[in-house]
Amino acid sequence: MTSWLIKGATPAAAGGQGSTAGHGATDLLLADGTITAVGAGLSEAGAHVLDAAGLLALPGLVDLHTHLREPGREDAETVETGTRAAALGGFTAVHAMANTEPVADTAGVVEQVWRLGRAAGHCDVQPVGAVTVGLAGSRLAELGTMADSAARVRVFSDDGRCVSDPLLMRRALEYVKAFDGVIAQHAQDPRLTEGAQLNEGEISGRLGLVGWPAVAEEAIIARDCLLAAHVGSALHVCHVSTAGSAEIIRWAKSKGWPVTAEVTPHHLLLTDELAVGYDPVFKVNPPLRTAADVAELRRALADGTIDCVATDHAPHPVEAKETEWPEAAFGMTGLETALRVVQQTMVDTGLLDWPGVADRMSVRPARIGRLTGHGVPLAVGGPANLTLYDPAAPAEAVSPNGASKSRNTPFAGMLLPGRVVATFLRGAPTVLDGKLA
Amino acid sequence: MKRHLISAADLSRGDALLILDTAEELASLADRPIKKLPTLRGRTVVNLFFEDSTRTRISFEAAAKRLSADVINFSAKGSSVAKGESLKDTALTLEAMGADAVVIRHSASGAAHRLAGWVRGSVVNAGDGTHEHPTQALLDAFTIRRRLGGGPGGVRGDGKPPRERGDPGGSSPRGGTALDGIRVTIVGDVLHSRVARSNVLLLSTLGAQVTLAAPPTLLPLAVDTWPCAVSYDLDAELPKSDVVMMLRVQQERMTAAYFPSVREYSRRYGLDAARMARLPDHAIVMHPGPMNRGVEIAAEVADSARSTIVEQVANGVTTRMAVLYLLLGGTEFPEVSS
Repeated sequence: MTSWLIKGATPAAAGGQGSTAGHGATDLLLADGTITAVGAGLSEAGAHVLDAAGLLALPGLVDLHTHLREPGREDAETVETGTRAAALGGFTAVHAMANTEPVADTAGVVEQVWRLGRAAGHCDVQPVGAVTVGLAGSRLAELGTMADSAARVRVFSDDGRCVSDPLLMRRALEYVKAFDGVIAQHAQDPRLTEGAQLNEGEISGRLGLVGWPAVAEEAIIARDCLLAAHVGSALHVCHVSTAGSAEIIRWAKSKGWPVTAEVTPHHLLLTDELAVGYDPVFKVNPPLRTAADVAELRRALADGTIDCVATDHAPHPVEAKETEWPEAAFGMTGLETALRVVQQTMVDTGLLDWPGVADRMSVRPARIGRLTGHGVPLAVGGPANLTLYDPAAPAEAVSPNGASKSRNTPFAGMLLPGRVVATFLRGAPTVLDGKLA
Repeated sequence: MKRHLISAADLSRGDALLILDTAEELASLADRPIKKLPTLRGRTVVNLFFEDSTRTRISFEAAAKRLSADVINFSAKGSSVAKGESLKDTALTLEAMGADAVVIRHSASGAAHRLAGWVRGSVVNAGDGTHEHPTQALLDAFTIRRRLGGGPGGVRGDGKPPRERGDPGGSSPRGGTALDGIRVTIVGDVLHSRVARSNVLLLSTLGAQVTLAAPPTLLPLAVDTWPCAVSYDLDAELPKSDVVMMLRVQQERMTAAYFPSVREYSRRYGLDAARMARLPDHAIVMHPGPMNRGVEIAAEVADSARSTIVEQVANGVTTRMAVLYLLLGGTEFPEVSS
């Protein structure tokens, strides 16, 4: 197998040094899928050499929350196109959400998605299994069978729908303990959000759109934290969007309860003010909140209350967004812009250093997803999954035309810093010079 | 003025006064045997109605026809929309046919805003979901001004005829007055009311003091950010109101637990004869229609001399003429020769 010699990169692994590119620069030798040497002045006959001077080396990014749409909505995204977008965004592993058609609620479907990921080869695809049959919220899917399948499912979620029945949620949390599983909850009280379109507040009132109140998220999170504590099971909270949710999770963690949480890049940057033009590209679930929520989510990610950034990459075809707001689909793409948004909102603001970014976008999501071979600090003997990133690249306007099959990025035209230069998956480049390898 | 009329917030005080003054001049047309001006001859106005609303549609149709525009009525029922055509495709179709103005009524908030991004002509919002209905607010302002504002015999909020008090500097270039100091109480389902949203914005722009009176469940969460006062007690507001505007209450709100029963709603927020007696003598009662007699308004109130409900309908045509004229015809108003 071809080996790669990466010259002069600055590792920014969790616990490691190197919050500024250039300081602590070193060479990395990748061979046979692992990092075989780290140090200054490495050389290797026959190796491809990549000059990484000025670039940060992060452990390959891991996304806990991706919608790849296959099977069923290949018009919006496929495993092939979605994982290309992931690789270009610096990801080496993504968790494919279960709300496909058919729903990923059987071993057959999760294995199909897993195999499609292997075939595409741009990044590892770890299927998420549905908690309930057909996401219908009435009876448990065969969680154990999915766990035992070739796809080795460990994360279960009805994402897009909330497991609102408290008894069913309790049972799901308890049941997955048998195979070290975790329930990832889409926290949304269904009765409090009937017909909801936009964060309930000044903007929804002015625009005459049905409000999506913060309490509908916070009440479910509070309940689920109590349930997780009661049965001693792992709860993961998807796409936390309000200041109140962060406060509840902080409280649950202070009790030592097994609760983890994620925040999306869009909730770290955007607010409901963007809805004033009724452009559904800003329609997402949970909705964009207020500037006060954004500030608190950043703080919670910085102090570790929120464990990780997850994209909730949700591609939709043009016609699903080129419509009246209430008719439009919820969701935004995010794989290709996630790291740049995190630089803008967390690093350039001084809230988080690069080792912190490595922790929140690789180490912790891999741990929550029970992934082996990802989220491992860049060290000799470790898997050669890494992302080379240029944080000094001048801010560039985001193009809506990326590798994703869909173009519903809310960041189109916005200036974002940084550039993913290269991504390596088990020692082989998936992206070189910002393009698919 | 802007090219479209989508929200009452699009109108400056000067814009609003210009529309009201233009409507005033056009109103004289209604008294003539031939109620027609050649102003918009050769222009096409499309009435694009995705929701049934006979009264608003015929009001716009009459307004456009009295200005000699060609009117195309496009109703969603039985059309390509019923077959699944998107709003964008409908917009592009109208665009290809050369619509100079599109009057849109739609059940989705923001539909008029979206449409404006897809057509070159002017878009007039004739009601979008629970967002806005700006021409309703204009005709309401016009009606208030005629009854209480600068007109002969009109009475200001302080009970004095306007000529005695002197105009408070709110007059437009054409001499029409604004609504400074007039106290307007809007009663009922504000949360779901496009009429209330547009009226709060427009009437406050014109200087009126607006109070919303409703059960807390029927007010938006952040209503404190609106340019108006809020009260849960209608009886306390009535003696200090120059205008009471009753909103239609939909019976299905009851099933969503906004209030316990229609009877209780009516008892607490309905305008009956006893409540009407609490109003100052000069105060008027308005309703955008269609009314639920016996629910938000008692029959004897709706049919009383205070009621402006029929006047509002007539004023709707003149106000919409003014809007279409100003959006399509320019700012100079041709002399109406008598």
